[in-house]
Amino acid sequence: MLIARVIGELVATQKHASHEGRKLLLVQPLNLDGSNRGDAVVALDAVDAGVGDRVLLSTDGYAASSAVGRPQSPIDMAVIGFIDQVEILPDVS
Amino acid sequence: MFLGRVIGCVWATAKNPQMEGVRILLVQPLTPELQNTGKRLLCLDAAGAGAGELIYWVRGREACFPFLPKEVPSDATIVGIVDEVHVKRPAEMAPAAPPPARKNAKRSG
Repeated sequence: MLIARVIGELVATQKHASHEGRKLLLVQPLNLDGSNRGDAVVALDAVDAGVGDRVLLSTDGYAASSAVGRPQSPIDMAVIGFIDQVEILPDVS
Repeated sequence: MFLGRVIGCVWATAKNPQMEGVRILLVQPLTPELQNTGKRLLCLDAAGAGAGELIYWVRGREACFPFLPKEVPSDATIVGIVDEVHVKRPAEMAPAAPPPARKNAKRSG
């Protein structure tokens, strides 16, 4: 799982049937210091997240498709929670 | 899933029999600002995508699922055609634009 920020949404009419009825979010994975970690990805929304939210991003297919409630469907990333706070031990740089 | 654009098509005559009738497309991954990023790759098509279209694709074991019950050996599959992209992030959060390609530069991917 990764810390990520929702930065946008996708609109797609023609898509796999298992993606119907769920939002497609553009999410940018983040490092602990808040900087970008690689490129933004497309994830299905399992918790009704919106643009600007800091969220928990699952990057495993099994976890993502069960969170969305659609097993055996082509989903490899899903937003599965909101992050309220991150606490880091002081001696970890 | 990842954002990308279809930039070409690949034909293969001798291939795994489960792949018969499935199109193989060349995909360039994109950032949300629609800048090229990363190397190009081949994806099987499960969405009916065509040349130049903006798409999103899925990688890994899940790439086989759109073709079930056929067990197609795919590790990257196009699962949707993107109509619109709405990006709302401050400009300072966007990744820097890649430097312009040099003349005679080696093509990546």
